[in-house]
Amino acid sequence: MSHEHVSNTKRIWTVFGILSVITIVEVFFGILKPEALHLNSFLGLNLLNWLFIILTLVKAYYIVYAFMHMEGEASTLRNAVIWPLIFLVIYLLFILLTEAHYIFGVFKNSTIKWNF
Amino acid sequence: METVTTANSGEKIWGGGDTQPMGASYGKLMMWFFILSDALTFSGFLAAYGFSRFKFIETWPLADEVFTHFPFMHGVSAPMYYVAFMTFVLIFSSVTMVLAVDAGHQMKKDKVVLYMFLTIIGGLIFVGSQAWEWKNFIKGEYGAIETKGGSLLQFVDKEGHRVALADFAVRLPEERVQLTRSEGKWFMSEDALPTYSVAEVEAGFKAHPDLLVRTEVIYEESAADKSNATINHELTKHKHKTILTRAESEKRLSQAKLVVEGANLTRNEYGSKLFADFFFFITGFHGFHVFSGVIINIIIFFNVLIGTYEKRKSYEMVEKVGLYWHFVDLVWVFVFTVFYLV
Repeated sequence: MSHEHVSNTKRIWTVFGILSVITIVEVFFGILKPEALHLNSFLGLNLLNWLFIILTLVKAYYIVYAFMHMEGEASTLRNAVIWPLIFLVIYLLFILLTEAHYIFGVFKNSTIKWNF
Repeated sequence: METVTTANSGEKIWGGGDTQPMGASYGKLMMWFFILSDALTFSGFLAAYGFSRFKFIETWPLADEVFTHFPFMHGVSAPMYYVAFMTFVLIFSSVTMVLAVDAGHQMKKDKVVLYMFLTIIGGLIFVGSQAWEWKNFIKGEYGAIETKGGSLLQFVDKEGHRVALADFAVRLPEERVQLTRSEGKWFMSEDALPTYSVAEVEAGFKAHPDLLVRTEVIYEESAADKSNATINHELTKHKHKTILTRAESEKRLSQAKLVVEGANLTRNEYGSKLFADFFFFITGFHGFHVFSGVIINIIIFFNVLIGTYEKRKSYEMVEKVGLYWHFVDLVWVFVFTVFYLV
């Protein structure tokens, strides 16, 4: 089970390596902003931003599963924490970003100038 | 259920005896649910940031133009390097924390002490770095003009490079005495005056015919943008801020109302007013988490030192504070992406 008192040092350093490499890649792309990614759009976001979001989620997975040792917890605990979070965050983002996009359109197409 | 080495410490057994719900001790389970609720709080903040950003998507500041400072490299534009360093510090302090937890499982007190100490140092470096970021953000670098309509004007030279107000504004013989408490007739004072007045910036702009105004609007290379005669098409690049022609620059500048230097909660020289609010609020709330994490780590560190957990025959307390510490790192990963990358 979760605490068999085996040293996990090797796994810890592996995960540290993964997180470091991902961060370096993120910073590299963030400074370079390659046009092939930055000027292309997919589902309302450019590909560069999708790359950042995916890499961030990978990092989050390793932090929660390896560092916080979620992989060693009982599946009931795992599910009780992870699924409400994922569901509520997606729900919140969907509602707020859709609404914001709509308000952006209202401002842009209205006859009243708000910023000039 | 076999969780921690709890055999002779009744405190970790729930009311029902040996069976622990979800295979975790009470403290650990509650720490997980606290983290869940805190994660939802941060999600709410970041989603609100996303809301405002999507609402003002055409005029939102570009992060790699805002965060360009690196210690001892004044005047060098180094976007992201420092915040990448901060990210490493926090990830590394997470590693030392998890090593401390690991050493705790093996009841190696000396190693727990060492790794917890390193974790605390990492946390302190991070909080200090964040304070430094805030200082640069608040102080600003170039300065800008706010118009009567509330939009922000920045200045560039003929190559399109940013120009600071101090580089071109003239000094006019004006009476601009800061009202202080000692000068006031009642409990009067005022916000710090900007270094230059609007008239001084306007006079300086007139005296330098090469200067141009850069607006907040992000250039999208649409058909309407391309045929817009007020835009300087040579200098303006796709997905960068729009640079105006000299004639249009002068016209816009005649609408100037305020000189904006640095950032506060009302206005900032980087662009959208909400940007600074969200920056202060979200990184501040995260920084407060790091700070409280350091305090809790220090308390646990001293408990380890005096042998509390050695006597208890369980280092689970280190594990619980470790969960909180990793959570702080987890939040930073998202804050980093949302504020500095995307």
